[in-house]
Amino acid sequence: MTITSPSSTSSPSDVDGPYLQVEDLTVTFPTQDGPVQAVKGLSYSVELGKTLGIVGESGSGKSVSSMAVMGLHDAKSSEISGSIRVGGTEVVGLAESRMRKLRGNAMAMIFQDALAALHPFYRVGDQLAEAYAMHHPKASKRDGRRKAIEMLDRVGIPQPDRRVDDFAHQFSGGMRQRVMIAMGLINDPSLLIADEPTTALDVTVQAQILDLLQDLQREFNSAVIIITHDLGVIAEMADEVLVMYAGRCVEFGTTKEILTRPEMPYSWGLLSSIPEVGASTDARLIPIPGNPPSLLKPPSGCSFHPRCSHRDKVPGDLCFTELPALTPASNRAGHLKRCHLPNPEEIYRTEVLPEIAPDLAEEIR
Amino acid sequence: MFAYVVKRLLSGVVVLFLISMSVFLLFWYGPSEPAQTICDNDTSNRCTPARLEVFRENLGFNNPWYEEYGKFMKGVVAGREIQFGSTTKFDCPAPCLGYSYRTKAPVFEEMKQRMPATFSVAIGGAFLYLTLGIPIGVAAARRRGTLTDKALVSSFLVISSIPYYLFALLTWLFLTISWEIPLFSDTGYFPITENPAKWFSGMFLAWMALGAFGCTTYTRYSRGSMVEVLNEDYIRTAKAKGLRDNTVVYKHALRSALVPVITIFGIEFGTLLAGTIFTETIFDIDGIGLWSLQAVAQRDLPVVSATALFAAAVLIISNIVVDVIYSVLDPRVRLS
Repeated sequence: MTITSPSSTSSPSDVDGPYLQVEDLTVTFPTQDGPVQAVKGLSYSVELGKTLGIVGESGSGKSVSSMAVMGLHDAKSSEISGSIRVGGTEVVGLAESRMRKLRGNAMAMIFQDALAALHPFYRVGDQLAEAYAMHHPKASKRDGRRKAIEMLDRVGIPQPDRRVDDFAHQFSGGMRQRVMIAMGLINDPSLLIADEPTTALDVTVQAQILDLLQDLQREFNSAVIIITHDLGVIAEMADEVLVMYAGRCVEFGTTKEILTRPEMPYSWGLLSSIPEVGASTDARLIPIPGNPPSLLKPPSGCSFHPRCSHRDKVPGDLCFTELPALTPASNRAGHLKRCHLPNPEEIYRTEVLPEIAPDLAEEIR
Repeated sequence: MFAYVVKRLLSGVVVLFLISMSVFLLFWYGPSEPAQTICDNDTSNRCTPARLEVFRENLGFNNPWYEEYGKFMKGVVAGREIQFGSTTKFDCPAPCLGYSYRTKAPVFEEMKQRMPATFSVAIGGAFLYLTLGIPIGVAAARRRGTLTDKALVSSFLVISSIPYYLFALLTWLFLTISWEIPLFSDTGYFPITENPAKWFSGMFLAWMALGAFGCTTYTRYSRGSMVEVLNEDYIRTAKAKGLRDNTVVYKHALRSALVPVITIFGIEFGTLLAGTIFTETIFDIDGIGLWSLQAVAQRDLPVVSATALFAAAVLIISNIVVDVIYSVLDPRVRLS
């Protein structure tokens, strides 16, 4: 299997290249029933100031791969191979003591469901100050508190000097997610991983949080990975998109490419399953049939074949027997797909698009 | 919080009142003849039916129960006079829980005398099993799934499936009788105010038995609770901040993991304070537990009802204390 690095546009010899470079990452969890490969041969990179969106269903490996970047997998119950370089430092196999210095400092992660992700018993100010103090050993308690208030203010929490002494359960959902973001950014990380940051929020609050993240990214010039299953979030936030299925990258490209000219049936499925505001009522929502595959016994060949409605268009039984390589899509630089279909562009235009967005298909025609 | 505690104490008083009444009624209508106990214990004369009738009359067993219960409650609040037989009259100051039929001593005084022994056993034992059980449980949780964890959990399960009285009895038989270990040779209660060293060595074996047995249970409680908490999202957040493992475990996880452990401990410690019957009997400690056992055997009514009331009071108080500790640990709990 050959892996074409998605970052082939920037020269690999460049030291000032992408801040985060993941190459051939494989994460395996040994279980009683056998090894589970949650991430297989994943490669991607993110530059400072850029946002990569990782999309996929639950269990597709998007969170597992990011947790690997943060070094949050228990070394005893997981095996990680491949390479993850953060700001030039190889973190796969890095000693825990050195890893800890990066974690929460050079790279930070914000989680979904801030109510569960913040400690219920400690004041949010203390939790923020703790994150600051960990990486600023010389800072006094008052410095930590001042910094916590400053960050709460920065993420748009009113009366931060009073709210700093509140507990997580005293905040509203949106405010709580802001606290989470403040905690992630308190040490000015160069890499921020946002794991479904808006999943548990109201739509209006979602938009505010996404706006805030964008503002902060511009201000801090950090590399951002946003993990989501919501293509709306991707359209709003990401410069590039990586679609994951069963632990593998199945499609990669710029956001515009992926949203307008996807070439992998799974990406089509994702696009077909989102309702669009203002779309014609004739448009249909077409769910992807079936369930994500078991990672314990992955399907042979292309892991999407059991759910793929286009597999008959591939000559022979390639889909059942051979894993498609990640290859450049129809003549477009940087767009990669993992699919055997010989003419995906045509199928999308003539079969998929008329189904999901008849008016749009009309326009193109 | 103060208002809450007062409210709980007041409702505790109501509970105590109801318990005292039900204990009183149990004996009033129960299949026993309390007068017989006094009559038999009266060494000066043989117990004839005529004398038994005198005792019955004096004890008020010929009056309706509510009249006698009223007298009992008046005694608790204001003190009263008690008459045994035809001649002896006792003055029983408040809080009067009656006179023991067996020893003819005021029950409240006897209870006060026995409390230090029971409290010594309970506090020492509980201290041991908490300081052993919780750290072992936490350590096992951190190593969950490993051989150490499995060995620990299964061996502790074996220990805790032995009945406690057998465990304590074997401890005493081996350490004190067979091997004659000097430190354990003289079990019993000696007042700490008179000879602290003797108090310590007298209690030591009882503590060990209680501590070793109890710690198996608390290891399992705290391990289970800790395993659960370590899977919480906020623990992952704490790790993602770059905190040290020990900080994550002892600062972030332990505080949450202790909450369910404290609930169980509150109830169990109350029971311990109310009298450790097996421990006191086996290690020959003259505390509330041993006393209540003897009282039941001899149908010593006032003592039995006093120990029942005492147990209820201790349980009520320890429950209130647990609730207060809750609200300190978990800011989401507001006492009102």
